Amino acid sequence: MQKRISSLPFHDTAEQAEKLNAVIAGLKGQAGAVMPALHQAQEIYGYLPLEVQKKIADGLEVPLEEVYGVSTFYSQFSLTPKGRNHISVCLGTACYVKGADKVLDRIVAKLGIQPEECTEDGLFSLTACRCIGACGLAPVMMINEDVYGRLVPEDVDGILDKYYE
Amino acid sequence: MFRSNVLVCGGTGCTSSNSEQIIDKLNEEIKAQGLDKEVNVIRTGCFGLCALGPIMVVYPEGAFYSRVTPDDVPEIVSEHLLKGRIVTRLLYQETVVDENTTKSLNETKFYAKQMRIALRNCGVINPELIDEYIAQDGYAALGKALTEMTPQQVIDTMLASGLRGRGGAGFPTGLKWKFAAANAADQKYACCNADEGDPGAFMDRSVLEGDPHSVLEAMAIAGYAIGASQGYIYIRAEYPIAVKRLQIAIQQARDYGLLGKNIFDSGFDFDIDIRLGAGAFVCGEETALMTSIEGKRGEPRVRPPFPALKGLFGKPTVLNNVETYANIPQIILKGADWFKSIGTEKSPGTKVFALGGKITNTGLVEVPMGTTLREVVEDIGGGVPAGHTFKAAQTGGPSGGCIPASLIDTPIDYDNLIAIGSMMGSGGLIVMDETTCMVDIAKFFLEFTVDESCGKCTPCRVGTKRLLEILDKITKGNGTLEDIDRMEELCYYIKENSLCGLGQTAPNPVLSTLKYFRDEYVAHVTEHRCPAGACKALTNFHIEADKCKGCTLCARNCPVGAISGKVKEAHVIDTEKCIKCGVCMEKCKFNAVVKK
Repeated sequence: MQKRISSLPFHDTAEQAEKLNAVIAGLKGQAGAVMPALHQAQEIYGYLPLEVQKKIADGLEVPLEEVYGVSTFYSQFSLTPKGRNHISVCLGTACYVKGADKVLDRIVAKLGIQPEECTEDGLFSLTACRCIGACGLAPVMMINEDVYGRLVPEDVDGILDKYYE
Repeated sequence: MFRSNVLVCGGTGCTSSNSEQIIDKLNEEIKAQGLDKEVNVIRTGCFGLCALGPIMVVYPEGAFYSRVTPDDVPEIVSEHLLKGRIVTRLLYQETVVDENTTKSLNETKFYAKQMRIALRNCGVINPELIDEYIAQDGYAALGKALTEMTPQQVIDTMLASGLRGRGGAGFPTGLKWKFAAANAADQKYACCNADEGDPGAFMDRSVLEGDPHSVLEAMAIAGYAIGASQGYIYIRAEYPIAVKRLQIAIQQARDYGLLGKNIFDSGFDFDIDIRLGAGAFVCGEETALMTSIEGKRGEPRVRPPFPALKGLFGKPTVLNNVETYANIPQIILKGADWFKSIGTEKSPGTKVFALGGKITNTGLVEVPMGTTLREVVEDIGGGVPAGHTFKAAQTGGPSGGCIPASLIDTPIDYDNLIAIGSMMGSGGLIVMDETTCMVDIAKFFLEFTVDESCGKCTPCRVGTKRLLEILDKITKGNGTLEDIDRMEELCYYIKENSLCGLGQTAPNPVLSTLKYFRDEYVAHVTEHRCPAGACKALTNFHIEADKCKGCTLCARNCPVGAISGKVKEAHVIDTEKCIKCGVCMEKCKFNAVVKK
């Protein structure tokens, strides 16, 4: 899985740092601790900045290579921040043959970001995901928890407009 | 006792189109009408006919309501549930015989040719209540195995049934169990592969959402047969509803003593834990899955040693797919001969298919092996929507191939599909029409495998990348005839030399499209033309001046302002600016926009 790495500067709060330290302390010395550490770190930060991965590697005393190896291997781990509204366009086969790529193109054109990127104002982030299993509604996209099905490209503008406040 | 039962589909498809709100609204309205002692609302698993979701069925009448919205609920409650008058406008039209009569769902074309073994409880019971499963003979098979059969007899029954792995490769399940049972160890594992990664396949998710106990029961039977006391279910984190129902089911089974210590007072201990996948297609491969359960990068290992000898944590392990497990309780209860009487000689039983793509009835179907592709696509699936023609069916996901219209009468089983260059895979069946470009679809699958290749072995890591580059070149009109030959050669090289199933099958989409649709590849290369009009680089949108009325609709809808022209005069598309999204073509009322 090729991953895009965030170029946005990393900031964390004292509270976040404290939570991460607690996670690391709780897992230290356990076999196979990297995956649970990354899962919990992603819950704290919303994504996995390199700085956080370094902290995990140092804290668990495993090579950064191993942490980075796991974080880039699984698609659930994100190395870019998510926007306040996260759009996932399904590019599973059923959606693809029904024109999901055209829906994605329209979103890319409208927001000016590529998949795995976040808009500068932090309002939207975008991913092209694999099958969410709602093949009966193809083509499908999800914005946060809302599912939009049976889409055509011209539906995009109206749907996205609902998320501008 | 309730006088009426209202079943609402709580599968992922229907939940995505608001079935939860429908259930809430139903409960609210039923209470408001004072019917809550008489009418019972049940959230079930998937009915299969996802195209018509959200689905609601009201018993005893068996009225099948389709595409229900929360706004329809008050009418259903006040008319049907209170006054006993069926709301005909919401009925699935095929069940309507005339004004006053409806026919049973099982008589409709979609269900008539189906035979449900793995899906037998989906859409029938409430998956969150173990009692409903038990009422359908649930856990009777486990009881029979533990109290009346020896582990060897269980294995013999599985061997005699001829059940083959439903995850795709079709390895005999009984043989797997026999090998694992033969290896002595202090600890063994019986695991379930619920890392359903094929895009377009959702039967495992539907079984787990609709009938989770059938999988738990079968895993315990497997544990008894091979001598394992612990099971793991490795499931995709992308399936939150299935995970939740599994958690509930495991807890209920423990509370009833059906998991845990000394089950059925037989001295047999077995427990199950869930492990969440973090999203990697290769983890569907058995050794990669076990590496991932151990918390590492899910890379496959060299076999042998096979998992039956050294699997999870180095111990003997059997790993079966969800659908395989869902068949097992019925085989134990009804016997191997019953199972062998269904399907074909070498592929007994049924197979669940997820129908998707350009087909009327998208959804989940279960048919006996040996049913022809035509019966599945045309009779059950309702065929390709009007105005389009069937071009190919894709089975086996990124590891499978495309079956052309000329082979639509092929009876579906493991061996026939391999003989025609595809494979069963987990059962995704995507229908394509004349607008799908076969070169583009091969490229789509290669993009997937390049993305999901774990990178451990060179033939897969580098080979699939080179394949994709050649396909990309061809879809942009820059390919040569030599490229096609080189690509074919590379395909065989990758198949023969890759470490695991992912690489060994990754070239199949290319090889099968080359076999049946070579002319399309040639058209891209020699004529720089995409016959399906799908490859963007080879297609330009153009407005025919004599048909254009100058209504400006296209220009107003073009997202990039590529169309110019005055009112009531012919418009022109600037091909430099055009992003080929096709909106103009869809908007034009005079068919003046054409692809060239």
